[in-house]
Amino acid sequence: MTPASSEIINVESRTPRVRRFKAVASTILRRNDRIAFSISLGSGLLTIALLAGILYQLIFLSLPAIQRYGLGFLISSEWDPVHKKFGALPFIYGTLVSSAIALLIATPFGIGTALYLTELAPRKLRGIIAFVVDMLAAIPSVVYGLWGIFVLAPFIQESIAPILQKYLGFLPLFQGRCDGVSMLTAGLILAIMVVPFITAIAREVLLTAPGELKAASLALGATEWETIWKVILPYSRVGIGAGVVLALGRALGETMAVTMVIGNMPEISASILRPGHSMAAVIANEFREADSAIYLSVLVEIGLVLFAVALVINLAARLLLWRMRGVAKN
Amino acid sequence: MSYNFAARFLLAALTVVLISGCGEMKGPILASNGDDDSGPSDSLVAGGSSFAYPVMNHWTSYYNKETGVQVNYQSLGSSGGIKQFTVKTLDFGATDAPMTEEQLAEAKDDVLHIPVVMGAVAVTYNLPGVKSRLTLSGEVVANIYLGKIKKWNDPAIAALNPSVPLPAADIVTVRRADGSGTTFIFADFLAKSSPEWEKIVGVGNSLDWPADSIGGKGNEGVAARVQQTKNSIGYVELVYALQSKLSTAAIINQAGSAVIPSIATVTAAAAELTTIPEDLRLSITNAPGEKAYPMAGITWIVARTKMDNTSKALAVQAFLTYILSDKSQATADKLNYSKLPPKLLELARSKINKISGIN
Amino acid sequence: MSRKTRIAYGGSAHISRRRLYNAVWLVVMGLCALALIAPLAGILGYLIYKGFSSINIAFFTELPAPVGEPGGGVANAIVGSLMVISMGAIAAIPLGIMTSVYVHEFARGSRLATIIRFVCDMLNATPSIILGIFAYSVVVLSTGQFSAIAGSFALFVMMTPVVVRGTEEILRTVPDSIRAASLALGASRWQTIWKVVLPAARRGITTAACLSLARIGGETAPLLFTALGNDFWNFDPTRATNTLPVQIFKFASSPYPDWHRQAWAAALLLVLGISITNAVARFATRTKTVA
Repeated sequence: MTPASSEIINVESRTPRVRRFKAVASTILRRNDRIAFSISLGSGLLTIALLAGILYQLIFLSLPAIQRYGLGFLISSEWDPVHKKFGALPFIYGTLVSSAIALLIATPFGIGTALYLTELAPRKLRGIIAFVVDMLAAIPSVVYGLWGIFVLAPFIQESIAPILQKYLGFLPLFQGRCDGVSMLTAGLILAIMVVPFITAIAREVLLTAPGELKAASLALGATEWETIWKVILPYSRVGIGAGVVLALGRALGETMAVTMVIGNMPEISASILRPGHSMAAVIANEFREADSAIYLSVLVEIGLVLFAVALVINLAARLLLWRMRGVAKN
Repeated sequence: MSYNFAARFLLAALTVVLISGCGEMKGPILASNGDDDSGPSDSLVAGGSSFAYPVMNHWTSYYNKETGVQVNYQSLGSSGGIKQFTVKTLDFGATDAPMTEEQLAEAKDDVLHIPVVMGAVAVTYNLPGVKSRLTLSGEVVANIYLGKIKKWNDPAIAALNPSVPLPAADIVTVRRADGSGTTFIFADFLAKSSPEWEKIVGVGNSLDWPADSIGGKGNEGVAARVQQTKNSIGYVELVYALQSKLSTAAIINQAGSAVIPSIATVTAAAAELTTIPEDLRLSITNAPGEKAYPMAGITWIVARTKMDNTSKALAVQAFLTYILSDKSQATADKLNYSKLPPKLLELARSKINKISGIN
Repeated sequence: MSRKTRIAYGGSAHISRRRLYNAVWLVVMGLCALALIAPLAGILGYLIYKGFSSINIAFFTELPAPVGEPGGGVANAIVGSLMVISMGAIAAIPLGIMTSVYVHEFARGSRLATIIRFVCDMLNATPSIILGIFAYSVVVLSTGQFSAIAGSFALFVMMTPVVVRGTEEILRTVPDSIRAASLALGASRWQTIWKVVLPAARRGITTAACLSLARIGGETAPLLFTALGNDFWNFDPTRATNTLPVQIFKFASSPYPDWHRQAWAAALLLVLGISITNAVARFATRTKTVA
């Protein structure tokens, strides 16, 4: 079970049976119960305090930067810590672009794999592929980064980039010199890292598609592909969309693998073969080295932006899931 | 196990967890390691200069084997070392550029600068087809970075390299994107060679670059940019250039001779110093002497004269005595660092006993 | 859909084109799945190929060797990782279990339970580097030193929501009928939870705990400026401590080939450790006997 797969199954059931159970249970509350209740309530409140604490610390520490640079901080692309000129745009841009590349690559593979696993794969192969997906999810970020700098980056520099530039070099997307570490490298590593998320969630959603619909479609003479494309996918569209959005949240916050392969250059370039930077990477790189209070505050503000984006993305995914459940009930 | 007991046990366990959790939230002042009256502390935390990391790592490892004392040196960059030293999360820092007056004011206490090892900045370039070593002067390098010399076959470069076939290509300049002691040494030398550089750009860990240039993070970043960009020029720490086998330029020194950057020519730069400031925040760029490499610099350890804790102060003293011993200085030489010349070494040693505890 | 389900062959070109489409797309889906094997094989292959030769006894018993000297190990990083992770887990597992007991046993369906569950999802979605900033400001700055405690605090915050949601899911598999039976026999709510529900869910909770351990075991970002790193042995939680992921990062970003070799070996070790933890989790669920 991947962490992602657990996120989807939490359908709150408030059936009459549960309500009846609660009514019975609430009548018997003894002293031990009260103690245990307070402890568990305290635990729950502490969990809330953690989130509140994070939010408070981020806002408190980034206040000097917010006051000094205002909203212009988000759209300025100048990054010169020594002269205390700070703009977050190159990092926001890098985070968005690398995550977008990751999703463009990972989405078809993730959904394709999920379809294969649920609809087609022979039992034996199913086990192997499920194992592969689980392993990909279990490998730590820093190990992806290690592999990225020593294997993937040279491969992109020597093999992929020349091919892209030869055939698609007229596009600004593939212009400029490629040093191996680049936006594309980061996107590819992220793609490998988020495929398991998309697969896990898409698989769960596909499993909820009613068998009668499939049987009906096949009985009407549709091919297997037509059944998948015209019946199963439309039915599961929203849920899979939520999975992709959750994967986006993962990709945005990913730190170590990205900082090891993205090149860490605070520049905005149209070419994905050029190095870039990301919000998480700049914090990982410069937080220990920040030599002035305002510099540190600026880095925390980037953290605050990242935090906000991650939460909004997660909320969006949750809304999609609610909608899916609505669809399922109707 | 009775229910009562179970509940109490759980309550106790949870209270411990919650209190430790809350405690962490509020942050208790953890007991300081090492008792004030029990002699030198057996562990120190330090960090800073990434340039000095390999040699510090070597020293701390052997120091630990010989004495059992742990000096945990982490590579944070010179700026990081100064900052963490200032907020007192480190017992001492290491930096390639002396602390500025502003930084000293922020640190509040008296700060000692103790030179421990020397390094240099090498000018490196990527000119396909040029096999022989280039010779450059401070003024020419300054003009290249000022954007006044734009082509490799500029008469000023040609005059220094009469036998080298220089291409008519545009020069691409590469610089450090992060704050760095390397940039400080580089700019310091250029300011001494070119009045215009001093006026327009100045000296610092990071500069307002006057002309278009590519930024790279760290020595690796600059080296990679230079290696991958044709007709480019950049500057990196000498140790890095030697390890990565980059082509480096010979630089004309104050005495007028072209000097190749090497361990020996860096030591030579500090050998003939006549006036050394009392606080040892000296610059050894453009040093006198026939063999002196003009872009040399010093790595300092920064420490407080009054430390909060006597046992820590004793431990810092002992460690500094160790790394300034003749034996340790000789190891530095083997790792491609330049050891301190005798006169500077004496002065550095004389600073050690100024470190003391507050009580 | 069973593969035996076949569409009767029609003679028209239209139908054969549909069948061709069908075949092509089915193959494409299979290829998508098989394509995932390539990066995994690439990564595991490289880990074993580059790392295995550097793993020897010294690798488990010695400190990292200084630059330029062969040999050395990551013993202090292994111990440090175990220390930081176990301190985080000791706080996170009871807190997580008790929170989910509140959410699913005491206050099921209540507004506060919904809020707590939502908060856990948000904590779960928080990028780990943010937790590093949080632990730095809360622990490192207030105590004035980098420490293992600061690192484990960050991991604790990361682990808690995973335990809460994992445990809650297990509790949901325990049927209400046995709760009702216990209550009907006169047991109190807490007796029911402690003697009936939690024992029934024990294996599942073990699984959830193991999965959360595997999740934080490889975390690097929150440790960079909390536990910091250390080239020596350290058993004192109030001091800076080396950890395996941070050591891998340090090895990998150095310019020394000798350290690169050790990075592969340490990474192999880390992946192995996480895989074993995952396997334990899986094993615990497989033989699960809930109710």
